[in-house]
Amino acid sequence: MTNGMDALGDPTRRAIFERLAKGPTAVGELAAELPVSRPAVSQHLKVLKQAGLVMDRAEGTRRLYQLDPRGIGELRAYFDAFWMHALAAFKQAVETPQPEG
Amino acid sequence: MQATDSAVRREITVNATPERAFYVFTEQFDTWWPRSHKIGEADMAKAVIDPDAMRWYEVGVDGSTCDWGAILAYDPPRRLTLEWRIGGTWVIETDPAAISEIDVTFTPEGDATRVTLEHRHLDRHTEAEALRGAVGSEGGWPGLLKRYSDAVG
Repeated sequence: MTNGMDALGDPTRRAIFERLAKGPTAVGELAAELPVSRPAVSQHLKVLKQAGLVMDRAEGTRRLYQLDPRGIGELRAYFDAFWMHALAAFKQAVETPQPEG
Repeated sequence: MQATDSAVRREITVNATPERAFYVFTEQFDTWWPRSHKIGEADMAKAVIDPDAMRWYEVGVDGSTCDWGAILAYDPPRRLTLEWRIGGTWVIETDPAAISEIDVTFTPEGDATRVTLEHRHLDRHTEAEALRGAVGSEGGWPGLLKRYSDAVG
């Protein structure tokens, strides 16, 4: 599975993700609003879907993309980054020579 | 349905014995915990993992304490399991169904120690937030990453 943080590391995917945070949107609308081609938008959406950040649903003849409310991709990305940061600080604390009292 | 893993796992190897690694993780918790990550209204004076009370919590500069959850396992120098009773916007989580767990193991590897951290049952948080309608709202989950990157800078 694609890591959510990696998925959001790409500026275009981040822009798509932030746009979808405002509400469900079709591929064509995303392509019109962002400086990317429609096939490129579709490719980015696929990555976001695989990371559990975004879901799609059919509405009539259109396919709408939205943030996945049950998806925990973003939360995983958040905690993955949080623990990476915290454990690095932990390692530094462990390896700092301490005068034993 | 997509098969989405509801845990994150991180490993780090530290140049120390498991005893020292466990000691720094727990008794010297305050020396490495990111200061920006707290839930109390007061500035944080100290972050504490307290095996006597089997709780972990923060102490504010005004003397107030904010509970972060129970210590579920305290087994030096091998294992530490903590409840994560903190909601998405760094507030105390009051919904008992929305508590995740952090499991930390310390494994000797030669002269070093491999520290493995698993934060699991994260789906419990998202389900609770979805029920509250917090997903997609200004203070909800979509703002999390941004707040995080702001905090880490």
